[in-house]
Amino acid sequence: MTKEGTLSLTTHRKRRSDSALYALIYLCAGFTVLLLAGIIIYVAVKGIGQVNWQFLTTVTSVLKGTVGIAGNIVNTLMIIVITMLVATPLGVGAAIYLNEYAKPGKLVNLIEYATETLSGIPSIIFGLFGMMFFGQTLGMGYSILTGSLTMVLMVLPLVTRNTQEALKTVPDSYRHGAVGLGAGKWYTIRTILLPSAMPGIITGVILAIGRIIGESAALLFTAGSAKALPKTFEQLFGKIFQSGGTLTTQLYLSATSEGDFETAFGIAVVLLILVFLINLGTKRLAARFDNTRERKTKKDKKLAGASEE
Amino acid sequence: MNRKAKKNVAETTAQSIMTLCGVLAIFAVCSITVYMIAKGTPAFSEVGVPELLGGTVWKPTAAEPSYGILPIILTSIAGTAASVLIGVPIALLTAVFLTEIADKKLAAVVQPAVELLAAIPSVIYGLLGLMILNPLMYKVEKIIFAGSETHQFTGGSNMLSAVIVLAIMILPTVVNVSVSSIRAVSPSLRASSLALGASRIQTIFKVVIPAAKSGIMTGVVLGIGRAIGEAMAINMVAGGSVNLPLPFNSVRFLTTQLVSEMGYAEGLHRQVLFSVGLVLFVFIMVINLVLQKMRKKAIDHD
Repeated sequence: MTKEGTLSLTTHRKRRSDSALYALIYLCAGFTVLLLAGIIIYVAVKGIGQVNWQFLTTVTSVLKGTVGIAGNIVNTLMIIVITMLVATPLGVGAAIYLNEYAKPGKLVNLIEYATETLSGIPSIIFGLFGMMFFGQTLGMGYSILTGSLTMVLMVLPLVTRNTQEALKTVPDSYRHGAVGLGAGKWYTIRTILLPSAMPGIITGVILAIGRIIGESAALLFTAGSAKALPKTFEQLFGKIFQSGGTLTTQLYLSATSEGDFETAFGIAVVLLILVFLINLGTKRLAARFDNTRERKTKKDKKLAGASEE
Repeated sequence: MNRKAKKNVAETTAQSIMTLCGVLAIFAVCSITVYMIAKGTPAFSEVGVPELLGGTVWKPTAAEPSYGILPIILTSIAGTAASVLIGVPIALLTAVFLTEIADKKLAAVVQPAVELLAAIPSVIYGLLGLMILNPLMYKVEKIIFAGSETHQFTGGSNMLSAVIVLAIMILPTVVNVSVSSIRAVSPSLRASSLALGASRIQTIFKVVIPAAKSGIMTGVVLGIGRAIGEAMAINMVAGGSVNLPLPFNSVRFLTTQLVSEMGYAEGLHRQVLFSVGLVLFVFIMVINLVLQKMRKKAIDHD
């Protein structure tokens, strides 16, 4: 379209402002890519030397002369598991209610408004609320449990919305077919709708895990910063009610009050690898999800075409 | 008959459990709001609204404590505004590149880069700001304020560093929302503009962007919300003294005020911090409200 022709009618003066704007656009896009590359390279160069087996499997101890983040890894994992055990059923349930049971009206609008609001509240406010409500009012103090319950509120919108999107893509013919065969609503949901919506639910869960791994402000106020490694199973279980700092919390403390930048960059490398893996995972899932959807719609179209004939 | 009754019980329990799950979000938002107000208001009556919101001296631990949070509020507003001013143009042009200019290969490089930038935890942005931006700022500071006797040197931990970190952090949000709203612009608009003899750049800036304006504005408001709520990253680079928001001052934001003092504050000091939280919450709720209005308008337009 913008190709310059040789005829006088189609040759046009190149506008100087056009070239300037082109350059600016390329500059901005280039900046975005270089920024990411710079961050990755800088963190890798500074931190990769720190990451070894000992760093991942021991706890920092002056006595033994070890530097390690095993305690923080365990804390992070515990918070992920507890949060998702609570948040997944609640989020999926909310999505099922919104998509399958509720009739459009005030309540649905209110729930959707609340979900939007919840996803717009910054993590530091969740941290304050978690500290006051779970920590003080319910008396859980600084603990893994307080942190996890706070994170439940934070990731709930993510799980709900992804499940809802997935449920919306399940064709209505499935629902009608099930009802026609005499299945109840709950039976239909359990055996037909949920399995079809599974990729969407899993995507939501993985996104939520990514959010938990990257979260710091809310957890600093609720889960505390202890980094001891539980040695027995009972200790591991008891840890739920004790303070425990995640990887991000430890990174923050290492870089500020402790002034230990080597550890900070070591953790940064681990965190970057984790969030990039999660990004890759959700993308793979989304791609698969899309494929099945396309196939389905093609088939639907064919069916529709056949019935028209 | 018995089996049918059992089935009905299962159906009704399922329905009530799902309803409860749905209502949970409303319950959560309500309790957060109630708690923020209940904990945030006592300090207002104790210190006095004008003294708290209008006071410029923050000395919570002095013998005669003073709890003025005006500089903190101003810092949050100015910091957010500045980061949006820097971040939005870069984000918008990146979105234009992705939708209008890049071929598939180039887009396949830039698009994942934007996604990964969004995935990086905020503490890592803070760490990098601390290690890269702050020393750089210190050099600039030494040149600008060479010989100045009144300037308090900050070692580069200042407002400007925080603004740059914030601008980078809102980038992916604004890019993503802008991309989807530019993609939604009908191709026939572009074709008509090109057919009328406008160049590609003219079409982009005079036709496509104005048509995608409401979506882009939604992205900007989302960016504002993200910037004003960000805590950890800027806490690591902004210095942390309560000062007026000038580029080379060490400053405190509403969020960093909470991060840095919540751990040890007691009594009235702690209550004032909850009031700071309440002020932040009010800002966020207003932004949320604006967003809802914009989304609703967009739906009505369709």
